[in-house]
Amino acid sequence: MYLTYLIRRFGMFILVIFLAVTINFIIPRLMPGDPVEQQLATLVATGGGHMEDVTAMAEAYRVKFGLDQPVWKQYLNYWWDLLHLNLGYSLANYPDTVGHMIGSALPWTLGLVGISTLIAFAIGSLMGGLLAWPSIPRALRGAIPLLMIASAIPYFLLGIILVFFLAILLKIFPAAGGHQFGSVLRFDLATIKDVLHHAALPAISIIVAGIGVWALEMRGMMISTLGEDYITLAEAKGLNGKRIFLWYGMRNGLLPLLTALALRLGYVVTGVILVEVIFSYPGVGFKLFQAVQTKDYFVIQGIVLILIFAIALALLVMDLIYPVIDPRITYQRR
Amino acid sequence: MNSDILRVQDLRVYYDTPAGPVKAVDGVSFPLKQGGRLGLVGESGSGKSTTALAIMRLIKPPGRVEGGQILLGDQDLLKLSDEAMRKLRFDQISLIPQGAMNSLNPVMRIKQQIIDIVNSHDGDYSEAKLNESIGQLLLTVGLRPEVATMYPHELSGGMKQRVCIAMAITLRPKVIIADEPTSALDVVVQRQVMETLGKVQDDLGAAVILVGHDMGLMAQFVDYIGVMYAGKLVEIAPVEEIFREPQHPYTQLLISSIPSLESKRLFKGIPGVAPSLLNPPSGCSFHPRCPQVMGHCSSQVPNLKEINPGRWVSCHLHGV
Amino acid sequence: MTKVTVRGQSRILRGNPFLTIGLLIIVAILIFAYLGPLFTDPERAEVGAFKPKQSPSREHLLGTDTQGRDVLAALTLATPQTLNIGLIAGAVGIGIGVVLGLLSGYLGGTVDTAIRVGTDVFITIPAIAILVVVATNVRTINVAIMALIIAMLAWRLPTRTIRAQTLSLRERAYIQVAKLNGVGDLELIAKEVMPNLFPYIAASFVATVSWAILATIGLEALGLGPQNEYTLGMMIYWARFYGAILRGFWWWWAPPIVVIVLIFVGLFFTSAGLDQLVNTRLRRVA
Repeated sequence: MYLTYLIRRFGMFILVIFLAVTINFIIPRLMPGDPVEQQLATLVATGGGHMEDVTAMAEAYRVKFGLDQPVWKQYLNYWWDLLHLNLGYSLANYPDTVGHMIGSALPWTLGLVGISTLIAFAIGSLMGGLLAWPSIPRALRGAIPLLMIASAIPYFLLGIILVFFLAILLKIFPAAGGHQFGSVLRFDLATIKDVLHHAALPAISIIVAGIGVWALEMRGMMISTLGEDYITLAEAKGLNGKRIFLWYGMRNGLLPLLTALALRLGYVVTGVILVEVIFSYPGVGFKLFQAVQTKDYFVIQGIVLILIFAIALALLVMDLIYPVIDPRITYQRR
Repeated sequence: MNSDILRVQDLRVYYDTPAGPVKAVDGVSFPLKQGGRLGLVGESGSGKSTTALAIMRLIKPPGRVEGGQILLGDQDLLKLSDEAMRKLRFDQISLIPQGAMNSLNPVMRIKQQIIDIVNSHDGDYSEAKLNESIGQLLLTVGLRPEVATMYPHELSGGMKQRVCIAMAITLRPKVIIADEPTSALDVVVQRQVMETLGKVQDDLGAAVILVGHDMGLMAQFVDYIGVMYAGKLVEIAPVEEIFREPQHPYTQLLISSIPSLESKRLFKGIPGVAPSLLNPPSGCSFHPRCPQVMGHCSSQVPNLKEINPGRWVSCHLHGV
Repeated sequence: MTKVTVRGQSRILRGNPFLTIGLLIIVAILIFAYLGPLFTDPERAEVGAFKPKQSPSREHLLGTDTQGRDVLAALTLATPQTLNIGLIAGAVGIGIGVVLGLLSGYLGGTVDTAIRVGTDVFITIPAIAILVVVATNVRTINVAIMALIIAMLAWRLPTRTIRAQTLSLRERAYIQVAKLNGVGDLELIAKEVMPNLFPYIAASFVATVSWAILATIGLEALGLGPQNEYTLGMMIYWARFYGAILRGFWWWWAPPIVVIVLIFVGLFFTSAGLDQLVNTRLRRVA
């Protein structure tokens, strides 16, 4: 029954979140001494910008998560904060909150990931499908090794190469940033052009590597789909090639590919994070990088949690939607 | 001769393998009268399905049609362009596939799959007319019109097979090739499907080639039976005569291996195994297993000869 | 069921261009990584050894970086470090993966459910998330610790793959027959199941090592790599840190990228070749 499936799937989601939060909580405390405490102490000692506030925050932290509190209480406090969407303050950018920092960076990342992945998936699957189609000229098969190489290169390494060639040597695209340094972001054409201009190289890095992956996956899928009996009958019926390719071949190959996309979500997100680092692109990945450099523990923890949550949510949504796309699945539940 | 709607002459279909060509169909010839029913029987690997596919020109690499002619009326199908053949499929000759289980596109409704046939053949009908025609079409094969809106997995095996029959007659073809249409079905459904096929064929006046290995089924349905062995036709005869007086030793063994409801006897099989199509036995392919083998059977290939009007045998026993 | 023979091996390679090319690339890299350092003077890769920022010349085939290291020397010493992390993490990952997968697939029941759910949960969590949290909380990172951190998550996919294969093998007729003949579980696993798992274990190992190296490089790019030891990922990190990309000192970041790409391409081709070995259909078409 669809309901049992729903419950089981949702249960998995909760389990993942639970485990993620627990890991995030336990690991810093496994080391002798609390690294966060130490960082706070260092900040207080070196005297950051707002010294009294930092001291107050350090004190508040000690009260909530300090060594005098039993661990289980610290754990519950942690959950309490999270459920109130309180991810803490940034140590490096005090008094900015982690939530706010992530919030301002998230749209950049979502835009980059979303658009690049969509384009890569669309172009890649079409290429892959065509490569499996028998009437395609043999010469095009030469593309396959190229695609294999493209799929084996991590996005961000491709990014470095692209920066060198297209931003340093030929100054077609900017080398870093999400927008012109110092400019104000408005909803006007100039800003949009600027943003797209800056997003081009990061996007291309992700797209080229992505096309390699999806083309190969789709090709594999199509090869087995084309061996099915309904393709033979479709041909026997005298249907024209294009119709068979799109509606009998690709349409059936697309479904498992969407599952593959879901499984690869972790890779894609990791790749995007690293691409942002290379391009100093103002998204969540770059924020994570900066936080690691400045030992901004709350930001690191916050971003990690958001990452896990986002991916778990995306997988949940995809699992719930799948029965809608594939007519067979809905009825199997009967 | 003139009432023959289809004539296959010396058809050869070879499969290229690293070890050499496998002669799946090696010189098959037979006529099909207008409105007639021909059954092609043989063991697995005898070449009967390959023959059926070859008539539709659906042989894919590494298989290829090595030679022969397939005459539909005056046209040699093997000489047509790809596009001309495409238009002809299902319009003049249809196929009811083996294994209807997987022959329907799982993500498309039945209605759309039938509409696809119409649209691919210069059909230009209004939506309303199409719906009506499809409803009628489904009724003729004994299905409720609502089936049109369903997906293949919602149908039973028998229903799917009948949908395939419906699709095969959509454009009122002249020849219907049914490739083991009932192999995967239970006996009761088998009978229903065959009845439907028979009725449909009568209505259309189309000719049917029924490919299979169930002699009992053949006996109830076809006018003529062609027996295939190792890629060749060894005997063609009207159905009663082939059961009463089979002429070719292989046919004789086949018929006698059918259990009888009347008399009790020991089961009889056919000794030996089916020959390799890569290296067929020299001379007559059946000679290693033939109980009536003679000296020159291993060196000379027998030809298909019409020993009586409407009876062909390929055997040295009949002086060929 | 098929015995592993030398003649059999070469026949496999001949019909399998992917596997051949893949293995060739990997062998070449292994030679470079493990024999290269024998011919390299480690002092050439020290900070301040030479005049910095020199572009490639006959003296320094790959030039020097902004800190005066000879890039070729550094590359030769960094490659085996990266490979070591990958191989150690891969080996640990496969070891745990095979054990868990076998137990889960063979025993079934609650053991299977527990392991399966656990693995699924860990697969859902993106590796980088956990790895970052662990790495930021470790005081000092060196190559060995790096390998351990990565190994913590390397077992996920092998467990799943081995479990799936064990499940299907368990139902095969010859296993049932052996069981009916009274063959003990352990003997069954050792004699009948393991030999048939071998191609899957091999393919899984390649994939795991590939993942491990990717994870390493990812962590290093974020700055969470060994600070005092040179690995390929750290070369890229330092190159970026010192602005080599923006300033056009390509000889610093390009060689490690080339080596990394070669490693991945080699592993990918090998993996594709192994897949082809196992899956006959693709072999016929491709």
